[in-house]
Amino acid sequence: MEGKTIMEASHAVSEAVKSVKPGVVAAYPITPQTHIVERISEFIANGEMDCEYIRVESEFGAISACLGASATGVRTYTSTAAQGLALMHEVLFIASGMRLPIGMTVANRALSAPINIWNDHQDSISARDCGWIQFYAETAQECYDLTIMQFRISEDKRVLLPSMVCLDGFTLTHLYEPVYILPQRKVDEFLPEYKPYHSILDPEQPLTLGPIGFPSHYMELRYSQVKALDDSINIIKEVFDEFSDSFPPEIENSRPERYYHVEDYKLDDAEIAFVAMGSVCGTIKVMVDRLRKKGERVGLLKLITYRPFPKNAIIDSLRGVKKVAVLEKAISPGGNGPVFDEIRSLFYDEMERPEIRDFIIGLGGRDVTFMHIKKIYDMVKNDKGEGLEWIF
Amino acid sequence: MAILGLPEEEYFSYGHRACAGCGAALAVRLITKAAGRNSIIVEPTGCIEVVSTPYPETAWKLPWVHGAFENAASIASGVTSALKHLGKEDVNVIVIAGDGATYDIGFGHLSGAFERGHNFTYICYDNEAYMNTGIQRSGATPYAASTTTTPSGKESIGKQEWKKDLVHILAAHGSRYVATASIGYQIDAYKKIKRAIETKGPTFVNLLATCPTGWRTDISKSIEIAKLAVDTGVFPLYEIVDGRHIVNRPKSIEELKPVEEYLRMQGRYRHLFRPERNEEAINFIQQRVKENLRSLLEHVEKGL
Repeated sequence: MEGKTIMEASHAVSEAVKSVKPGVVAAYPITPQTHIVERISEFIANGEMDCEYIRVESEFGAISACLGASATGVRTYTSTAAQGLALMHEVLFIASGMRLPIGMTVANRALSAPINIWNDHQDSISARDCGWIQFYAETAQECYDLTIMQFRISEDKRVLLPSMVCLDGFTLTHLYEPVYILPQRKVDEFLPEYKPYHSILDPEQPLTLGPIGFPSHYMELRYSQVKALDDSINIIKEVFDEFSDSFPPEIENSRPERYYHVEDYKLDDAEIAFVAMGSVCGTIKVMVDRLRKKGERVGLLKLITYRPFPKNAIIDSLRGVKKVAVLEKAISPGGNGPVFDEIRSLFYDEMERPEIRDFIIGLGGRDVTFMHIKKIYDMVKNDKGEGLEWIF
Repeated sequence: MAILGLPEEEYFSYGHRACAGCGAALAVRLITKAAGRNSIIVEPTGCIEVVSTPYPETAWKLPWVHGAFENAASIASGVTSALKHLGKEDVNVIVIAGDGATYDIGFGHLSGAFERGHNFTYICYDNEAYMNTGIQRSGATPYAASTTTTPSGKESIGKQEWKKDLVHILAAHGSRYVATASIGYQIDAYKKIKRAIETKGPTFVNLLATCPTGWRTDISKSIEIAKLAVDTGVFPLYEIVDGRHIVNRPKSIEELKPVEEYLRMQGRYRHLFRPERNEEAINFIQQRVKENLRSLLEHVEKGL
């Protein structure tokens, strides 16, 4: 399949995974289920993918099998969501600590209890500190594009870190949208056949991978890992630029003009800015347009790259804005919204600091409507409410 | 020093940090000799991982990978699948794991990997407790053994449960070769490991490895004790090949040595003899050991 089509965002991810030609896919299809790996299974069953698919007994098994496959030197992919990502948690740290460029898709869903299979970001936000690169997609096209780009980024020898592309459960995973599927030869040009730069398991050159690190060495190893993630901000930018140059949007294309760490939407003269991630940005953009028609100077900052945190891009985009409303689908209980804390912290050293407020929205699949966005806008504009606000 | 009749090549180097008299270190020497150069070793967290890979040093002359405590069988699944994709299916994939990682925390992964039928060999160096972390009870700890989480006392016999029969559980997965072995009988162990590696699909060897630190035994008696475990029938040597049992040793109930000979040599069973002899417990162990061997021999007689 190539060219423009209408497809479910989950299937757009499956198409992207097919085109990057992984050697091993290991996935558990439940907790909760998505269509991504089902479609990949079909591709393999129909001989469209030359890939070993390990039908593991749990998400813990999935990420562990990915660890083994990646350490043996093949391109490796898995996808999961919510409880499944939580079950993987221990191995997420190990995969990044071992510098294995595994690619993962996270269909964002709420964590139990109560058990709830619908969308919010608590799952991947809770995996924020695992040392993985994280991207958040707004549209099916971004899911497709970011899935292809994530392997270029992760496998870059200056990076060598695993990455996850996060898309909203149901509101995006089960949504049909226009997607432009690239011709296979174009993907091959952008992402050549995988040649591992990292140490791999090879009897010809025996190496010890995943040893014990005593206090004498642990900190230096952690430092080098964290530095690689920090430095990946520039390499991600390079890859975004190359992708954008190689695949410019055509007429009526679903692809964004260019990929950046953050997308500015009508921020140039904005006095009030929303900050958000994922599919809710679509709703916010429409609301921004409506408010602008009424003469309101409002815009949106959409975070695409969340780890590494694009500090400079955020400060540049929000410069001059007077008030900021961070809308987030996750919370650190007993604290604040995590994105809010990070953005507010960024401005501590700035001479001009906007007023920044925190709004918790859309947990456990609660719809976020125009009414909600408008309510938040009015609260910010009129200085109503204080501290952390829950928008039910 | 070479072990008589076995390959002289060493893939597990001296200089590792295992305790004096460590049965597991000897087990690894045997396993790697049987595996040979064209092998990849997967190791969960445990004694051997800790003593052999203090970064930046390593005792391994084979490619070796460690991820976490519970997931070695899943990592091995990934390694075998990757090798298949690369067309390198001639490489042996061998998990070398302690009993805690095998019987307890990694059991789900182990069962999953065996059910899926990956071509790999899983060898458990069974020292019958979590020794690396300070002698805590595992599912492989035998009845009445005193550990730090099942200490013997006025109200406690030590561990109250019998050892989990993991070998038969894995045989029930349809594995074509599962076996028990002991570092007391090294040629037997070597041959079984070799056969397990050469058999296609998932195979398993439960290799008893004395732990002087955890069993509280004399470091010079590791081999003797590992032999006695077999000869008393506490740890009988047998194989299940394509679903059929072969009992290697002891061959009959008559030739069993009394379990007491084995128990007496170990501090972990000291409370069975001092301050006073616990006749009831010793008899119970003796009876159950006999029943177990009888059951194994019956399987052989019936061709099961």
